[in-house]
Amino acid sequence: MKKFINNNDDFLKESLTGFGKAHSDIINVNLDPSFVSRKNKTKDGKVSLISGGGSGHEPMHGGFVGHGMLDAACPGFVFSAPTPDQMQAAAEHVDSGAGVLFIVKNYSGDIMNFQMGAEMYSGKNDSIVTNDDVAVEDSTFTTGRRGVAATVLVEKIVGSLAEHGGSLEECKKLGEKVNKNAGTMGVAFTSCTVPAAGKPTFDIGDDEMEFGVGIHGEPGRKREKIQPSKTIAGNILEAILDNLKPEKNEKNLLFVNGMGGTPLTELYLVYEDACQILQSKGVQVTKSLVGNYCTSLEMQGASITLLKCDDEILKHWDSPVHTAAMRWGM
Amino acid sequence: MSVSFLISQAKGVQKVIDENSAEIEVLDQKIGDGDHIFNIQRGLKLVVELEDSIKDLPLAKALNMIAMKVLSGIGGSSGALFGTFFMTMAKSPDLDKDVDFNKACEMIISGIKAMKERGKANVGEKTMMDVLIPVSEKLNELKNEREFKSGLNEVIKIAEERMLSTKDMLATKGRASFLGERAKGHIDPGARSSQLIIDTICKSVINN
Repeated sequence: MKKFINNNDDFLKESLTGFGKAHSDIINVNLDPSFVSRKNKTKDGKVSLISGGGSGHEPMHGGFVGHGMLDAACPGFVFSAPTPDQMQAAAEHVDSGAGVLFIVKNYSGDIMNFQMGAEMYSGKNDSIVTNDDVAVEDSTFTTGRRGVAATVLVEKIVGSLAEHGGSLEECKKLGEKVNKNAGTMGVAFTSCTVPAAGKPTFDIGDDEMEFGVGIHGEPGRKREKIQPSKTIAGNILEAILDNLKPEKNEKNLLFVNGMGGTPLTELYLVYEDACQILQSKGVQVTKSLVGNYCTSLEMQGASITLLKCDDEILKHWDSPVHTAAMRWGM
Repeated sequence: MSVSFLISQAKGVQKVIDENSAEIEVLDQKIGDGDHIFNIQRGLKLVVELEDSIKDLPLAKALNMIAMKVLSGIGGSSGALFGTFFMTMAKSPDLDKDVDFNKACEMIISGIKAMKERGKANVGEKTMMDVLIPVSEKLNELKNEREFKSGLNEVIKIAEERMLSTKDMLATKGRASFLGERAKGHIDPGARSSQLIIDTICKSVINN
């Protein structure tokens, strides 16, 4: 393992402290319990959005704390859900009285810990669970689909509504709509290495890819021989379109997300492939996002997310945002 | 059950888990993301380190401190589930009186019931509950027996059988559920760590 690391026990604390210093104009970092919050206090009457999850997905979620997006983020250990005391402390710190909406990715650990955090927090609160990964069959008998890259879109879009004075109920409703309108699927070329483990999470051949991979290096559904980018993008989009079934005249946001170890040049190439494929199928792409937003440590690979957009979603996508990792319009 | 019993069991379990850490790590890398063993080890270390601050406390208070430590120190599913377990045990009535075998069984049974509700998992779903639920059912049969040591041998056996039975299961809960058919052929790492915990505690009770 080659990593920038001093010792395992301090890995997260040192990284968070650096993050806090690097973006001290936007956020504060609290340790014990760990949470990232906005530098400025939540204004009265604004619903607070709090997300969180295991570390290792940076910039998600700490990089999305700031105007127009999250009020706080709770980072767990690498790939482990954060703990209820973090959620409770973050909620108490940011809630201005209008209530707290927890945004949770659909992983058992996250669900249980956020649930306990919500039970321990005495103020008004509600939760939404993202589950955009179409690689996993959705069934009432299973944990269901994973929450992956579309969580970024949910946080941006609901963050804007909260900034515009949306109520807790309205924020929850919009978040659920965005989640329902989004589909994601990812592919990995290499594994990632959890610092505490010191070795790659899975073995994969030089000529192989993991199709339908999650964001923790947990295996996907299929191991395949590597294909040209166009074929990979085509297979991913086929699964997404099957699931979302966008209408011909519907507007869509296309999001190509890097897993951490793939250069932007390749991500833009994937974006181009995806645009061409969608155009050939008569699917309209009106908004775009390309970059490393929901990563899996140093994993090489990418995910594609398609989000069906109505006017409300488009308005809140375009509105100003000022966070460490996403910034436009101000 | 007493605070000193909890501390000595935590130390015994820590030793056994450390001895089997490589195996659990590999199991988790096959069907999970490999963090389970670190979470369990971190949790046990934190509980063992609590010794000085809890050794003179009443049982309910000590259990609550263990619960909060486990809850805030482990993270992931294990933290929430084991935190729920200790928190529920701490809420048992009459903890200021002597906690005999019958009472201890009832506490463990209620703790496992709360874990089942928290994780919404039942037997047959390739999780630690495949071991814990049958163990809790057996303890319910045993709790009124005065001669319980042979019964604990059966608990050890049940835990082992149920742990092994997760090998051929499809996972429908937890992170392994995303694997579909590919989860088959591997023992669930949570079932293995739970079985080791039960094995260690039962053997220690039998031998004392």
